[in-house]
Amino acid sequence: MRLSASNLACHRGGREVFAGVSFTVASGEVLAVTGRNGAGKSSLLRTVVGLLRIAQGSLTLEGGNPELTIAEQAHYLGHQDALKPSLSVAENLEFWTGFLGRKAADVAAALAAVGLDSLAGLPAAYLSAGQRRRLSIARLFAVKRSIWLLDEPMSTLDAAAQDRLGGLMRAHLAEGGFILAATHGPLGIEATRELRLGEVGSALAQPSASSPWSAETKAS
Amino acid sequence: MTSLGALLIRDMRLAVRVGGGALMGVLFFLVVVTLVPFAIGPDLALLERIGPAVLWLAALLANLLALDRLFAADHEDGSLDLLLMSRAPLELVVAVKGLAHWLTTGLPLVIAAPLIGLLLNLDGAAQAGLVLTLLVGTPALTFIGLIGAAIAVALRRGGLLLAVLVLPLTVPVLIFGVAAANAVLGGAAPFGTPFTILCALSLASLVIGPFAAAAALRQEIE
Amino acid sequence: MSLTDLANPSRFLKFANRVLPWLGGVTVIAFAIGLNQAMGAPDDYQQGATVKIMYLHVPSAWLGMLAWGVMSIAALGTLVWRHPLADVAAKSAAPLGAAFTLLCLVTGALWGRPEWGTYWVWDARLTSELVLFLLYLGVIALWRTVEDPSRAARAAAILTLVGAVDLPIIKFSVDWWNTLHQGESVFRFGGSTIYPTILVPLLVMAVAFTLLFVTLQIAAMRNEILRRRVRTLRLMQAQAAS
Repeated sequence: MRLSASNLACHRGGREVFAGVSFTVASGEVLAVTGRNGAGKSSLLRTVVGLLRIAQGSLTLEGGNPELTIAEQAHYLGHQDALKPSLSVAENLEFWTGFLGRKAADVAAALAAVGLDSLAGLPAAYLSAGQRRRLSIARLFAVKRSIWLLDEPMSTLDAAAQDRLGGLMRAHLAEGGFILAATHGPLGIEATRELRLGEVGSALAQPSASSPWSAETKAS
Repeated sequence: MTSLGALLIRDMRLAVRVGGGALMGVLFFLVVVTLVPFAIGPDLALLERIGPAVLWLAALLANLLALDRLFAADHEDGSLDLLLMSRAPLELVVAVKGLAHWLTTGLPLVIAAPLIGLLLNLDGAAQAGLVLTLLVGTPALTFIGLIGAAIAVALRRGGLLLAVLVLPLTVPVLIFGVAAANAVLGGAAPFGTPFTILCALSLASLVIGPFAAAAALRQEIE
Repeated sequence: MSLTDLANPSRFLKFANRVLPWLGGVTVIAFAIGLNQAMGAPDDYQQGATVKIMYLHVPSAWLGMLAWGVMSIAALGTLVWRHPLADVAAKSAAPLGAAFTLLCLVTGALWGRPEWGTYWVWDARLTSELVLFLLYLGVIALWRTVEDPSRAARAAAILTLVGAVDLPIIKFSVDWWNTLHQGESVFRFGGSTIYPTILVPLLVMAVAFTLLFVTLQIAAMRNEILRRRVRTLRLMQAQAAS
């Protein structure tokens, strides 16, 4: 399975967020999207899952289910946790697994995977920010999808939870999935490639073939 | 269709939990109806004559005011992004949210209407006519309201804007709903004609509402 | 045991558990006496036996107002003295007040049917009761909207005190509005002097209703304290889990 973008551009409110972005990511790989604040990391992920319109360029997925769009085969972990405080921890996860097309049987295992099984009956309102994040992450395990788009997945997680997420990401890659992660800091897993967004001034200054937008393969 | 079932259950659960608005609509309905006699006087004959109109207006307002959080809450906590990425068609997702809203807000209004009708001196036949027209007509209000809720989703003053946008669109429902209810009370017009048109309006809005709301949501999320 | 001792929730729980069976028993006895006397009271020369609804209607109206009084004192307790049990008392009294007011409205409607020929007329007293009922529902809705009880408590306390100030104004306005629209067949209870044969059962019933209110209030407060303990324990559980 391989996702490739060529010359992708995104506009918001008449302003260009990014342009000329190309990357490829295939099964078993991690693409780390980096760059300063406002460089368009989140926008790039939202563009890939169709929550933002593609202004220019194209996105192609090879080896996926041709009946489904990229968004329908992907997990998107945004800045917000998509949880309802008045529902219990288990009810929140049950809803998302049900909504994403799975039976509720997978819920207990997924809660255990993120270490929240002891809190299953509590209202989500009682959780700390890190616990909410982990509950949000739990849906990635309850429902299997090969494309993961993670926006700052490590934010608000403590060291133990970061380790655990790193392990879960490695398992996901081993099963043939791939990950696009927008991140500032360490990802908890070795990134196969890095896509650096930003440096708008330099992009305008040097419209050369060696564009700073393009993905560079790290020697790993 | 486990997706849509899960969504229906979640939205109904949220409505009855702390902070949910399930019975707020009925309370608003009761308050509005109570205020009417203070404005026009406690003349039972007059109240009986305008009763169906008052109850319909109150039901209309109660239904719409409860709608403004329908998509806005999901937008604020990021759930809407995931709903938009769903494998189920967005139109059906929107329709299911509308159904959950009607079951928790519209249906309680229909059930409470006879009790509240007592305050306006409505007799048995008038009560039955009123309940029947509200049962058939309130889905139209909810599903037309969906469009406004979707348009106002990301806006700060969404609640007022919603009412301004949607109230003019509900004019036909109000006309035929009240006409049918009045026909039972012994009005000049027959019951069948306005009631059939009311049914038609509801069925049409069941289709148009979700399509327009889904289109609005897709445009709105930028 | 003094009143300050009861401020401690644990002491209050102990007190409630000891007192509740006795209070319940006394309430049952008071109702037995009151209902028996009410049955024996003479019928009205105009209304016949329907007048007996009065023995439920009038005390529930009193209790509906008393509960708001309890809530107002509790509101002061929350806002001024920051008494730990004040908002527990306020939260428990609201549904009780609403229930008594609803009982008053329902018995009023049932009484009105034979008297007025309709379940509801916009009589000044009934209308005031209806507005009071709406205020109760508003307070309950407020409690139900905010998950954190201590945050809800201050908002509800302010609403309660505003209501306490506004209730006499509402009563006055409704009376004025009603007399402006004279001509309704307004039935006035107590237009003539009340005979002791009616008054005594009425007072006994009022005592019975008050005892019922006190019993339910203490039981509801106990439940609310336990509910808050469960909430605190669950919050601690969430905190303890990493």
